[in-house]
Amino acid sequence: MKDSNRIIGASLPRPDARRLAAGRGTFTDDIILPRMVHMALVRSPYAHAMIKSIDTRKATKAEGVVRVITGEDLADICSPFIAGIEFLPNMISPPQYALAPTEAAWQGEAVCAILAESRALAEDAAQLVLVEWEELPAVVDPVAALKPDSPLVHSGLESNLVMTLPRAEGDTEAAFAEAAVVVEHSFEFGRQSGLALETRSVIADFEPAGRRLTVYQSHQTPYQMQDVYARHLGLDEHQVRVIVKDVGGAFGLKLHAYPDEMAAVAASVLLGRPVKYIADRQESFASDIHAREMTAAGRLAVNGEGNILGVEVDVLSAVGAYSVYPRTSVGEGIQAVQFTGAPYRLPAFKGRVRVVYQNKTPTGAYRAVGQPIGCVVIEQLLDLAAAELNLDQAEIRRRNNLGPADLPLKAAGGLEIEDVSLDACLTALLNKMDYEKLRRDQDEARRQGLCRGIGLATFVEQTAVGAGLYGPAGARISAQEGCSLRLEPSGLVRCATSATDQGQGTLTGIQQVVAETLGVKFDAVTTEDGDGGSTPYGGGSWASRGLSVGGEAARLAAIDLRRKILGAAAAISQETPDNLTLSGGEIFSDGKSLMALSELARIVHFRQDTLPSDVDCEMNVTRHFLPRKFPYFMANGIQASYLEVDLGTGAIKLLDHWVVEDCGLVVNPLLVDEQLRGGIVQGLGAVLYEHCLYDSSGQILTASLADYAVPLASEMPDIHVVHVENPTSGTGLGAKGAGEAGTLGAPAAVWCAVNDALRPLGAQVWKQPFTAAHIIEALRSANCPQEASELFEN
Amino acid sequence: MVETVSIRLTVNGAEVSKEVEPRQHLTDFLRNELGLTGSHIGCEHGVCGACSVRVDGRVVRGCLMLATQADGAAVETIEGIVESSEAADLAEAFIGRNALQCGFCTPGMMLTAAELLAEGKPLDRAGIRQELSGNICRCTGYQAIVDAVESVLVKKTGEV
Amino acid sequence: MKAAAFKYLRAENLDNAFDAFAEYGDEALILAGGQSLMPTINLRLAQPAVLVDINHISGLSGIEQSGEKIQIGATTRHFELANSELVASKLPLIASAIKHVAHRGVRNRGTFGGSLVHADPAAEMPACAVALGATLVLESRAGERRISASDFFLGVMSTDRRPDEILTSIELSADGPGDVWAFRELSRRHGDFAMVGVTAKARRASERLEDLRLVVFGCEECPQISAVAASLAASGQEPVAIAQAVAEELNPMTDLTGDAETKRFQARSLIEQSLGDLLEGRADG
Repeated sequence: MKDSNRIIGASLPRPDARRLAAGRGTFTDDIILPRMVHMALVRSPYAHAMIKSIDTRKATKAEGVVRVITGEDLADICSPFIAGIEFLPNMISPPQYALAPTEAAWQGEAVCAILAESRALAEDAAQLVLVEWEELPAVVDPVAALKPDSPLVHSGLESNLVMTLPRAEGDTEAAFAEAAVVVEHSFEFGRQSGLALETRSVIADFEPAGRRLTVYQSHQTPYQMQDVYARHLGLDEHQVRVIVKDVGGAFGLKLHAYPDEMAAVAASVLLGRPVKYIADRQESFASDIHAREMTAAGRLAVNGEGNILGVEVDVLSAVGAYSVYPRTSVGEGIQAVQFTGAPYRLPAFKGRVRVVYQNKTPTGAYRAVGQPIGCVVIEQLLDLAAAELNLDQAEIRRRNNLGPADLPLKAAGGLEIEDVSLDACLTALLNKMDYEKLRRDQDEARRQGLCRGIGLATFVEQTAVGAGLYGPAGARISAQEGCSLRLEPSGLVRCATSATDQGQGTLTGIQQVVAETLGVKFDAVTTEDGDGGSTPYGGGSWASRGLSVGGEAARLAAIDLRRKILGAAAAISQETPDNLTLSGGEIFSDGKSLMALSELARIVHFRQDTLPSDVDCEMNVTRHFLPRKFPYFMANGIQASYLEVDLGTGAIKLLDHWVVEDCGLVVNPLLVDEQLRGGIVQGLGAVLYEHCLYDSSGQILTASLADYAVPLASEMPDIHVVHVENPTSGTGLGAKGAGEAGTLGAPAAVWCAVNDALRPLGAQVWKQPFTAAHIIEALRSANCPQEASELFEN
Repeated sequence: MVETVSIRLTVNGAEVSKEVEPRQHLTDFLRNELGLTGSHIGCEHGVCGACSVRVDGRVVRGCLMLATQADGAAVETIEGIVESSEAADLAEAFIGRNALQCGFCTPGMMLTAAELLAEGKPLDRAGIRQELSGNICRCTGYQAIVDAVESVLVKKTGEV
Repeated sequence: MKAAAFKYLRAENLDNAFDAFAEYGDEALILAGGQSLMPTINLRLAQPAVLVDINHISGLSGIEQSGEKIQIGATTRHFELANSELVASKLPLIASAIKHVAHRGVRNRGTFGGSLVHADPAAEMPACAVALGATLVLESRAGERRISASDFFLGVMSTDRRPDEILTSIELSADGPGDVWAFRELSRRHGDFAMVGVTAKARRASERLEDLRLVVFGCEECPQISAVAASLAASGQEPVAIAQAVAEELNPMTDLTGDAETKRFQARSLIEQSLGDLLEGRADG
């Protein structure tokens, strides 16, 4: 096939975008089932309290109320979540109930469910539920939580420490002793919400006669949820079907099992009627997983040339009231440590993560899972070292980048790195941004009194994670993706994939892979996902696996179907299969058209009678793929930020942003570019605005979109995207993941840029997000005058 | 008993008469009573813009207006403006530029953009960004949306 | 969340509204643009028994000039102010500030009067009304009452409006020769409420600012004219000194975006810039 006809690598628009742009999507809340009731929840107003009693009498009698349920009602039908890790037997994970029966451990934990004819009526009745609370001391501050005399997050715990995990490789003591320069600092990261615009949504429909459960849920992985609902409700797994329609943003927060959804499903089992539960925005802020509340202490030793000799990092990760089910809440902290320095040669590494409970909303994996923290720590330490050595920030990175001679590598931090293109990405970035000129512009701006900074952030991105992550942990999560292809009698092809698409364009990419590999036009294929009962079993969407793993499964399936098609064509035409090709939906023999695929399809479906009995007419193929050659595919890249700090107001203005990314083979540049840009803007939100604030008693202060600020169009820059294509050898397709790169690297780029801007003033910022108040705090503590012109004169 | 009031309005050009609860907001009315689920509910406190609908020619937050307040009004939704081909160019630009990912904010974003286009004033990218700043998108990072709106605006105004 | 149940009354004239006040007292709330009230109702923070919709009362909306006065009806929507040529030419401060009021979809529905009566300390329109020396016209069964904007705002979301009154119109003086104005706002993001804002009106005569009406908002409980700014400006002090003096005098409230010292720091910078705008006759902040 000629290159101009290539489908893989083409910037094709997404077929499913058409109905979404017409307002014809089907999000979970758009679905209405007969006899459906609506659920509202009564939540704990306290961060920590015992439930003395719940009086539901008035609520039960309220208009439109069908049933009122408490934890007691669910005790016999629904078992609690316990999210532990098998290889960490000392990890403590208290049981989490769909409705807390005796004790609430965060403000927002649900204790009572109202089922009513409408959501408004359910909320009316919720106001009538009388809960007698006994308030307990709330554990909010993670450092205080670890003190021996701290109150406990749950009355059943012995300590608030979830687990601690040290790692040491090489001789850090010697490294720091012989270093020319040692730099160290501590870093603080504000708690964030993934904030999907569509809130968590579920409709559970239990049919009691056959004990069949159908659940429509806005989620990243229907397979995991089928397992969860079946096991915790004592149902047979093959009687449980979770269907995921359109999902309005997920970002990791729709990867977990939530007690609220469990309550809705359990309520449907009790009632034998469909139950709809749509979290409202306040509930989202109180009960969606949060992420990233961490402090990190980092220390870096370099020699006189700026080469890293050793790194130390100590992370304290505060995860809220429970370890989120079934993936646990420890991954963010573990990855924060593992990714500190991961792109660089590290002769010695010493790391530790401590994970601690607190009486706040539980946390879990959010886009880029801990990696942004490790990235900030090392990039900032490198800039500090560069400043000490009077080295350029780009140069110190080049001197430490992992290169071909180092690879493949089992890194000191514990990661396995197959092949990365860090120098190529750095070079491409410096060219794209015209680094030298930008540095001159920065100097010129400073002379005019403008405080501008440039920040660079190198990153490696763990994508396409295999069975090594959750398997040994004992979590029932598939790392394998599958693809089924079916040739229709018309010659068109249906594709069903286990990968799920929340708008990334995974389905489009898979369609491209199938169409090209098979030899049909792009439009000759349709792709479906998200029906846990009928699409092939797999992982769904997490850790950037859609194209990298799901795409490979699709490629394997297409190869098999193509072989079957050509086999049948050979039988029909009395040719040998080796002489036949399929291209553009037509079968050729030595370049000469033999028949249209539609003709072959008609025959194999309806006129088997004309064929010899040994001709294979089964035009259905299912293939799976699991990353085995490598435990995951390490993508990599670098970002840069150019920005200006207003010394009078503390406001940060983003001037420009660049990313160079190597996600291996790029199946669809149009879609990958927007994945990167969207991810970057989430990372910019993290570093500039987003913060779940609590008061000292554990009350959330940012439970509305007016208080929790996400990026808007007005402040975001245009973002330049460049690709370096270095396909993975772990698959025939060669794609690595790209979903998290943006979110991973953007915070560090801005950290470095802001501190680059402030460095001549003697001021530095060390806690995210960089609110104007925090910038001013830094300026004031460095005794900076508000007039920049006075500052840069010398 | 739930008290209701009668309202008459046009929705996407068609006359509608319904009994509604006074507390029902316009977006819930469109979604739940009329099955027009293109307008989405993202916050119900007027910040996200996903519920945007057009009332008597202006885009408003559907969650901050009561259905009863729309009595006598002409209401248009994403379904209406795409079907009537008013927003055909815009929809094509969004699709072609991949200016939508999950699609949840898209109807509100397009209604806001359509109002900008109808005003027909030339705007630079910064101006477009400001005008779209009342609609939160969590997926795209906005650049593709700005590109899409800009391309249609340039076609319409003939100015870059 | 869904609103708690309430009764809805559409007032066709002021009497309808006064009747409702008489019948329901403080159980009734006035619904104008609803851009601040509806969120609190949807969140069940407010659970009124009755909403009195004043959007259909004729005569409450519109922008008119009579002599040197501009009369703005209370239910005039923000987009109407933004699109009005009269406002652009005679009240350029309002025309500039209105761009900072939330976003298009909110400006299409929100009303000028509603913003004043809501009296959010971080909102733009109350500060502008004070800086411009607006007169607010309130009506009740007892008749009409006129009050200056400076006297109207009493505290955080608290005004001198009595429960039986409706704000019906706002009277402002058209800009005259020599009038200069400034509007600068610092917000987290475009359209957000101000972290700190400054608006000012003055007459510029021979490099001095006379009758300076400078208001810092988003900072204190309600917008008020800075007397210090006026007197220092009249005596020809430099902006940097005036800004310092005004900032020191402020008593900022702490909110999620910053503590008192942060806001004082930011205000100082914005005040100095605003005074520069006034002295140089720069138009937009």
